[in-house]
Amino acid sequence: MGAVLTAGELRKGTKLEIDGDPYLIVDFEFSKPGKGQALYRCRLRNMITGVQFDRTYRSGDKFTAADLEEQEMQYLYNDGERYHLMNTSSYEQIEMMADQVGDAANFLTENLNVNVLLFQGRPIGLTLPNFVELTITKSDPGIKGDTASGATKPATLQTGFIIQVPLFVEEGETVRIDTRNGQYVERVKS
Amino acid sequence: MPGKEQEILAGKRPFLEIRSRVLQLIREFFETEGFLEVQTPVLIRAPAPETHIRAVAAEDGYFLSTSPELFMKRLLAAGYDRIFQVGPAFRAGERGRLHHPEFTILEWYRLNADYKDLQDDCQRMVRMVCGGLPAAKGPSRAGRGLDAGAPWGRYTVRGAFSQFAGWDPGPHPIQDRFDIDMVERVEPNLGFPSPCFLEDYPAGQAALARLKPGDHDVAERFELYWAGIELANGFSELTDPAEQRARFEEAVRLKYQAEGIRMQMPESFLGSLAFLRPCAGIAFGVDRFVMLLSGADDIDSIVAFPPEMG
Repeated sequence: MGAVLTAGELRKGTKLEIDGDPYLIVDFEFSKPGKGQALYRCRLRNMITGVQFDRTYRSGDKFTAADLEEQEMQYLYNDGERYHLMNTSSYEQIEMMADQVGDAANFLTENLNVNVLLFQGRPIGLTLPNFVELTITKSDPGIKGDTASGATKPATLQTGFIIQVPLFVEEGETVRIDTRNGQYVERVKS
Repeated sequence: MPGKEQEILAGKRPFLEIRSRVLQLIREFFETEGFLEVQTPVLIRAPAPETHIRAVAAEDGYFLSTSPELFMKRLLAAGYDRIFQVGPAFRAGERGRLHHPEFTILEWYRLNADYKDLQDDCQRMVRMVCGGLPAAKGPSRAGRGLDAGAPWGRYTVRGAFSQFAGWDPGPHPIQDRFDIDMVERVEPNLGFPSPCFLEDYPAGQAALARLKPGDHDVAERFELYWAGIELANGFSELTDPAEQRARFEEAVRLKYQAEGIRMQMPESFLGSLAFLRPCAGIAFGVDRFVMLLSGADDIDSIVAFPPEMG
């Protein structure tokens, strides 16, 4: 059970448990109409389904903080349906479904250490390191003489995901990618 | 190399210049109208008992003023016929984009006047202030231009609820439903591009306003809205000592029930009511006004030191 919170303690970024699901307050406004009571207007996002809704709370309302923790885990492999990871401190293995891994799958390679978000001990999401290094498995040669203009071309990563890279990047090279926006950062000398 | 605080404060200069100009213009307006500027205590013994306003307690049995209202009315009872005051007020537990626990309140009162006279004052004062600001920076909210020169709207509370919330609050609406629909459905529609009045509150939401002669279902109370934001709250003042005492007693009872706080009755004020002739008064939020006039997103931007920097 998470800690009990009062409406006065709600903020943008507070995580609550509502009807058995974890919710994140993505927008928050304190309001007090005329001579009326204090109201706490929240936009909440379900941290599992992503569904958002607006709810207005009153001073007397009580909440339970969502029981969430982050745990470092090593990604092992995908069996075609489930992602298998191992807790780096307890060596315990867990499984995650594709919708729980989400877009992180685009940059996920075996043996990568990631942070898994657990709600009541169950995995609900995964955060990659800010930067990962991946090999280009396929990219057509760029057109010579156009390197200064910032032009880009598509390149397929070892994960199968396609990103845009500068024309000078070649097949077989390793590149650094910012996982927060999914963009190419630089070439990595191998 | 200036430090972080020096950088923040220097960056606020354009907003603080507008704030200073607005205060000058407000004083000019009331001087032209023949008002006397007064100052009443900030450290007080007995704040007005109001269910949803919590005073900040100080030492020695004192509280910080939640509004100068009671003192202003004691001056009116002594025959001061046009008075205004601009200064700090304090309300515990209020913090948001539009709320600070310490804020700047403007109040003005007229003897032998009612809430409609105050609405005229609002319109003339707001237009005069807008006209006196540098033309380059018109008022705005979230990228939408505002224009005090366009005709001002007017809704009764019943009309606005019927139109925007789909129900008629009647004289005694359930407080929760009324408050929540007010902020979720009614307020966001009020005051574009020019300010508007929301008037004739249900009798149950009268606060310190008198009931309308001939229609005791509503109180002669109004609020001024601009860009969905409440700027002012005005009344034809309640001058009946017995009725006022009864309303305070009810507020004291609710306050004790909800928060376990025992409030004192403001006896000096109640004693002065016997001498108070018909009058009207209004409280106007200076910080929010400056915010709209300078196109700022929140009132943190237009005060030099928001509460956390105090």
